[in-house]
Amino acid sequence: MSLKVITANLLREGDVVYLAADGTWSLWLDDAEMVDGADGAARLEAAGEKAVTGLLVIGPYLMDVTEEAGRPKPIGTREKIRAKGPTTHLNFGKQAMHGASGAGGIG
Amino acid sequence: MYRYDEFDETLVRERVEQFRGQVRRRVSGDLTEDQFKPLRLMNGLYLQLHAYMLRVAIPYGTLSSRQLRQLGTIARRYDKDYAHFTTRQNIQYNWPRLEEVPDLLSDLADVEMHGIQTSGNCIRNVTADQYAGVAADEIDDPRIYAEIIRQWSTLHPEFSFLPRKFKIAVTGTPHDRAAVRVHDIGLHIRRNEAGEAGFEVIVGGGQGRTPIIGKTIRDFLPKRHLLSYLEAILRVYNQLGRRDNLFKARIKILVNAVGPDVFARMVEEEWAHIKDSPLALPADEIARIKAYFAPPLYEALSADQPAFVAKHLEDPAFARWVKTNVAAHKQPGYAIANISLKPEGGIPGDATAEQMEGLADLAERFSFSEIRVTHEQNLVLPYVRQIDLYALWQGLGELDLDSPNLGLISDMIACPGLDYCNLANARSIPVAQAISRRFADLKRQHDIGELKLKISGCINACGHHHVGHIGILGVDKRGEEFYQITLGGSADENAALGDIVGPSFSYDEVVDAVETIVDAYLDLREDEAEAFLQTYARVGLQPFKEKLYATH
Amino acid sequence: MPLIKDGRVVEDTWLRLEDDAEPEPGTAVIVSLERWQAERETLAGRNAPLGLWLKSDQSPAGVAEDLGHFDLVALEFPKFNDGRAFSYGRLLRERYGFTGEVRAVGEILQDQLLFMHRCGFDAFAVAADDALDRWAAAIGEISVWYQPTADGRPFASSLRERRRAARPKGCSKTGETPADDSVPPGALAKPSAGTRSVAAAWAY
Repeated sequence: MSLKVITANLLREGDVVYLAADGTWSLWLDDAEMVDGADGAARLEAAGEKAVTGLLVIGPYLMDVTEEAGRPKPIGTREKIRAKGPTTHLNFGKQAMHGASGAGGIG
Repeated sequence: MYRYDEFDETLVRERVEQFRGQVRRRVSGDLTEDQFKPLRLMNGLYLQLHAYMLRVAIPYGTLSSRQLRQLGTIARRYDKDYAHFTTRQNIQYNWPRLEEVPDLLSDLADVEMHGIQTSGNCIRNVTADQYAGVAADEIDDPRIYAEIIRQWSTLHPEFSFLPRKFKIAVTGTPHDRAAVRVHDIGLHIRRNEAGEAGFEVIVGGGQGRTPIIGKTIRDFLPKRHLLSYLEAILRVYNQLGRRDNLFKARIKILVNAVGPDVFARMVEEEWAHIKDSPLALPADEIARIKAYFAPPLYEALSADQPAFVAKHLEDPAFARWVKTNVAAHKQPGYAIANISLKPEGGIPGDATAEQMEGLADLAERFSFSEIRVTHEQNLVLPYVRQIDLYALWQGLGELDLDSPNLGLISDMIACPGLDYCNLANARSIPVAQAISRRFADLKRQHDIGELKLKISGCINACGHHHVGHIGILGVDKRGEEFYQITLGGSADENAALGDIVGPSFSYDEVVDAVETIVDAYLDLREDEAEAFLQTYARVGLQPFKEKLYATH
Repeated sequence: MPLIKDGRVVEDTWLRLEDDAEPEPGTAVIVSLERWQAERETLAGRNAPLGLWLKSDQSPAGVAEDLGHFDLVALEFPKFNDGRAFSYGRLLRERYGFTGEVRAVGEILQDQLLFMHRCGFDAFAVAADDALDRWAAAIGEISVWYQPTADGRPFASSLRERRRAARPKGCSKTGETPADDSVPPGALAKPSAGTRSVAAAWAY
């Protein structure tokens, strides 16, 4: 099984988020906890469900990533765009945000 | 245009409060997402790739200046100062926040607008010819019937949980600008032998995974019976449309499965029970609605407008814009001005708040405060005096709304695609932008002539690629974007689905492929008068296929 | 599960009978369509109220002739988005003149109750502790209707017609909103959830 992270959208704001190792949901893919194997995946899914019941996120799903210099990298165009923002408006979405990874997520 | 009375006003206000309550219940956990989703969809609220997206209804594509101005204000207040006009004459905002949507809907209600039923498995926005009321060969104004249908279909208690979405379009002239043959129900206004106007009823058209041209199930339906007949069609569909497979749930699948004759018979049997019910439309009710769409207070002008003609000859840039963007008007001395939302290298169908506000002002000055939205993602000012066209054009220039490319290759339809949409497999907007830049030379575009290019980012075909003269469909191959090309599609009264040319092209190859096709057309055409579609009809797929795959 | 009828929570006096179970004599039972078709004579001959349970792919058209045997028809929504029973409710009332109880069963959203009521349903098995509160909230949310059903609620074009008829001759252009003193008071009032009898409600 390849490396996975879990991703969702925030219920109220709609932003794409990723579950970080500290249990918070970060805007930044760089912060996402990577797991490898069925146990890790099940743990992430459970965290996803908890965040749904906790009214923080909607539609969590596991997403394949590769690892580069210790950080998760998205596979495929869709997740690349989800992680950064629309390629048509470089001034919209995460690519234009001033926050930094590692600054602490939500929840 | 239609103005709300206190009934319409009450309904939208109650609907806003209903949705406010539903959002509260969602955020408190009283509603799960599974339960909330159909409710928010029925108010036009989607969850897309980066954020929520709200789709606002523009009934039959008709807007007042006041409404357009408010749409700009809403873009500033709740979004990122822009919005997107869609292939169903609606407008979309890409970045609202869930808890602000009830206030946004309230601001819409202030100008008699809403997001009701712009999504969900219900009857959607009824679209119509953007030249309604002003085309010289119009038999009857389709907006009258679109408004009647809009009211009947709004919060219809029986048809709010259909097997799938339901789209209706109406057109009132022999030449169909509303693509009625690729709708679930298309209504083409016709005259019978007695000279009375009524509807040719076409059912089961649609694009997407299974594109089908609609079938005429009734050649002539008298106006009086419009709603009872539609109710019969919807009742048959609601009961018999498939519920087991999302991709086989549209009415087109049902019509195809039983055959149009059997389907027509089922409808007629149901209709026999209800044709004389309170759904029957008395002539005075039709007249009452028709009065809302009375022509504006035109001046009595002669058709010859010397000032206009003189300016035309003086300014080549103006002349160029008139050539493509100005259409003949039924009223002497007037013109229909098409506003292209396809600037060179721009995002098809997008408009900034500033553009919306500026155009609202121009419409007030030059078009009796009315604007239309076309299903090809452009706008129209329908009531412009010819002598005002020059001043209008200058005003459009200040707003960057003066692209003289209507109907040319750069006047493309493109869906939001993978940059925005959760359903997409590939991006469509950057492909449209690249094609637009490749063909930027207007002389070249004019030489090519009319060419409708339509791009969809996935099989759902919101970009109408099946009915493009050149259609482009984005597909996902191993996580990479590829594009399949079709040729020879058409959305008008001679509707046809495009033919697939062959294997798909990568993101880096597709623009070259389009250029090869265009060059092949220029080579193959008999003369300049033969448009792309005609050449294709004459020579077929083969010569294009050969050129394309020899060089790529 | 609370049963809402006539604007109140009522005791459910009916029993849904399994296909292989024998009914107690004198009990009100609801049987499946399959059971009805197999044991028509026996069931029709019982001296007790009889109900019919229709699944979402079982239209009342199939039993139109037999409706006189039933005091209740339960129409199932297996999932809330399977909307076939909205049509079945209307057919029962408007096509076949059924005057017994039409009960909504299955997965029912609060936000569907008003639509169901308009389509002929008069009893609702709502799986929630606060079912009555939900009913009251739902039934009053929308007071304007554009399209007629048999529920007797005034719909927009009839109200507009009444207003036009009541207006003195020679005043006001079409499209202008006149003073609405000619609209009967309470015409737009929310129909109270339970004051009408079923028979009165299903007038056309």
